[in-house]
Amino acid sequence: MTMPASGTVSPVALNVFSALLEARTGQQIASYRSWRIDVALKPLLRERGLDTLDQLVTLLLDGQDVRVGDQIVNALVNQETSFFRDAPVFDLVLEAVAGAEAAGRRPRIWCAGCSTGQEPLSLAMLFAERAEGGRPMPEIIATDVSEAAVARARAGRYNQFEIQRGLPIRRMMRWFDSEGGDWVARPELTRLVTVRRHNLVADHPPGGAFDVILCRNVLLYLSPTTKAAVFARFAAAMRPGGTLVLGAGETVIGQTDAFAPSRRLRGLYERTGDRPAPSHAAAA
Amino acid sequence: MKTCLVVDDSKVIRKVARHILETLDFTVSEACDGREALDACLASPPDVILLDWNMPVMSGMDFLRALREAPIPTRPKVVFCTTENGMAYIRAAIEAGADEYVMKPFDRDTLESKLQIVGMA
Ligand SMILES: C[S@@+](CC[C@H](N)C(=O)[O-])C[C@H]1O[C@@H](n2cnc3c(N)ncnc32)[C@H](O)[C@@H]1O
Repeated sequence: MTMPASGTVSPVALNVFSALLEARTGQQIASYRSWRIDVALKPLLRERGLDTLDQLVTLLLDGQDVRVGDQIVNALVNQETSFFRDAPVFDLVLEAVAGAEAAGRRPRIWCAGCSTGQEPLSLAMLFAERAEGGRPMPEIIATDVSEAAVARARAGRYNQFEIQRGLPIRRMMRWFDSEGGDWVARPELTRLVTVRRHNLVADHPPGGAFDVILCRNVLLYLSPTTKAAVFARFAAAMRPGGTLVLGAGETVIGQTDAFAPSRRLRGLYERTGDRPAPSHAAAA
Repeated sequence: MKTCLVVDDSKVIRKVARHILETLDFTVSEACDGREALDACLASPPDVILLDWNMPVMSGMDFLRALREAPIPTRPKVVFCTTENGMAYIRAAIEAGADEYVMKPFDRDTLESKLQIVGMA
């Protein structure tokens, strides 16, 4: 008898769940991460009164309850986030909108793959505090493929562990109320962010041209072709001179020609089409 | 290496905090009430203080007020770490000169995050 490749996940279940996740989100479950599957799906098994992942596969393929697929995707997709994650990046975002402000335009920011909302709310706090000095408040659109994440981002409700991750206490006092052991963002904060469901690999970008797109810690497990397609969409959704912000360990280098490292904002990327073509005369 | 003074009357909490802080490369010392902590700070002020609220002899708040008046050459960062999780307590602590506030129960990520916020990790 051969053992299943990974813990309690049978090869069939692994194939079905991987295919579902990739079809819905573009995310690939690298085989070395497959051990996570049974841990991640345990709460769903319990909720559905099932004993094994194979039973869950049967329920999914049976197709009677369309919510099963959503629930599996939601459980498998990595939603880790925190307030002001990689804090110095936020100051760079302030600089990245300077051009729009100088031109007298209200900057537009798209937070793609916003998970449970800590990233867009961090931006909203930062800009709102600065807006008191008379600067314009940007339009912030936050999207995620997970329905559950979108609902949580809209509610702006966090437990005690989530609220303490990355959020300075003075900002918590200023922007959140305590409610039954949780902390809930005040309406004057949540109304600064528009949250929508959006799938980066399938849907058209939200309308209008963006000055900054943040897509941090989202594209890591996409195939190279899917990633390139997403970068191309980002480029099309941007204003000339627009800025792309990726996660700390991510890069566009070797993945797309649509963006290149910014000369001005270290660690950020610029849409390439806006740069003057390299002068061959100067190079010769 | 940075120094942290853990002030808590619970031996278990001191042990847990010490363990986490040592993995974050702090040199840790301990005090079990505000009075002991104040003596320790007058002798040699640490970089940061993790401070419980309710303790015998001298409470965290009384300690904090005394610390901010004390003739010591540096201004140690003070991170309250307490089960008093209401907004009124938090506000009182910040007004008395605390730099950050950790609501118990805490874990490693919370502590690390708060220490980063005060520029210590
Ligand atoms: C690890 S979280 C990162 C959250 C935040 N950007 C940050 O850096 O803290 C990744 C998020 O991307 C979302 N995501 C994954 N694939 C996606 C897709 N195809 N379209 C939109 N969002 C996606 C997940 O649902 C998850 O909430």
